[in-house]
Amino acid sequence: MDKSLPYNHIQTAHCENGVATGLLRHHGLEFMTEPLMFGLGSGIFYIHIPFLMVNGGPAVSYRSMPGWIFSRASKLLGVKVNRKKFNSEKEAYDYLNKQIQLGNPVGCQVGVYNLPYFPAEYRFHFNAHNLVVYGKENGLYLVSDPVMETVTTLTEEDMLKVRFAKGPLAPKGHVYYPEDVKQVSKEQLQKAIYKAINRSAFEMIHIPGPIAGVDGINYTARQIRKWRDKLGPRKAGLYLGQIVRMQEEIGTGGGGFRFLYAAFLEQAADITGNQKLISLSDEFTKAGDLWRASAINMGRIFKGRLNEQKDFLECADMLDNIAAIERAAFKELRKIKM
Amino acid sequence: MKKEDLPQDPSALVGVTRDVCYVKDKDGKYTTDLSIGWDVKKQALDNAWEDINERIAEAAIKVKNGEISPIYYFMEKKLMDLPLLAGYTGFWQWTIKRHFKPEVFKRLSESRLQTYAKAFDVSVDELKNFNG
Repeated sequence: MDKSLPYNHIQTAHCENGVATGLLRHHGLEFMTEPLMFGLGSGIFYIHIPFLMVNGGPAVSYRSMPGWIFSRASKLLGVKVNRKKFNSEKEAYDYLNKQIQLGNPVGCQVGVYNLPYFPAEYRFHFNAHNLVVYGKENGLYLVSDPVMETVTTLTEEDMLKVRFAKGPLAPKGHVYYPEDVKQVSKEQLQKAIYKAINRSAFEMIHIPGPIAGVDGINYTARQIRKWRDKLGPRKAGLYLGQIVRMQEEIGTGGGGFRFLYAAFLEQAADITGNQKLISLSDEFTKAGDLWRASAINMGRIFKGRLNEQKDFLECADMLDNIAAIERAAFKELRKIKM
Repeated sequence: MKKEDLPQDPSALVGVTRDVCYVKDKDGKYTTDLSIGWDVKKQALDNAWEDINERIAEAAIKVKNGEISPIYYFMEKKLMDLPLLAGYTGFWQWTIKRHFKPEVFKRLSESRLQTYAKAFDVSVDELKNFNG
């Protein structure tokens, strides 16, 4: 039986935020916005994983692990997220169809390499993309992909392919949806915001080791200083390109998620009445602007206009400067109390 | 970033979608706006593809010279690496490395060829007869 269900498509900067926000709104939490989801899920992060290569370049990330944003935000709001992964394609197929018949829009984790509606240039083997399946018509799944401006569709064959993409973060048919969603009181939301801010500040400042949190930004800066000698100018330039792609590509909201976090702090100030959060929001806007300035600077190198060691040193210095600003801002956030 | 500073440089997104960006409006409040792209990141993506295409071209030459089997070429062409290809085929990475040798490739069973062809989304004939 084919049955389509009403689901309000929303377009967001980041796919996981979009799916989580859309599903919670669908279940009655209409106050939810993308920045609020990102903030409550403590999405902001930084990590540079040494030795790991992604598409032949350095592995840096400006956000927390895939799946964590929705899980953490839901926990703070008293919502349960039901998640299912599968070993068999048949079981995964049946389960999704059953949810559609029950009238339950669900989030699906997919690989983008075989997503036919994505621009070819963006189709890498990246397996942590998220979309909502909200119905089926004439054998086509009705899909709300948060990075698209409008809803789209997928054939059964394509859906199985993307749900069973292989490699790092393989989705294994991963389907998820919120359960037992109750209304959230203003007080509960305020409490959740303070907890989430504290968690982000803790992670950015106090995670041990040199590669994660604000320290990770300094770590990347140190690596950049060595790249040109170690890898040669061409490869070192490609590495900078990879950093820029991770930071500015579709799905970040710009500035490596810093603008998104600044927008969250602005909304948090509105909800809690804590004016200190406004000035801290400005600090993250500043950080986001500097991340973009750094991208422009790196761009001069990978466009081939500049390629001296001093240009790489300048890029590294800019990152150290960003780290200093973020360190100070997160230290202030750590002091924020209800 | 202010709303009026949001770059609108045509990129691969044109005709498919636009990118949601968080920007400040006239009153200094956050809002969202849509962008069709930014030159800096377009260049980063173009460079990455240039690098990939070079690697594919090099692989084709190696196959032509009989130095390596078509499996290596298609792995590059489909943007895969060893762990990923191992994931799609179920073969061990060292097994796949062995299959990179042209003389081993020639003796591969039909069923193994089919597994590779499926992973690369090509026909067995295309895989067998690719010669650079």
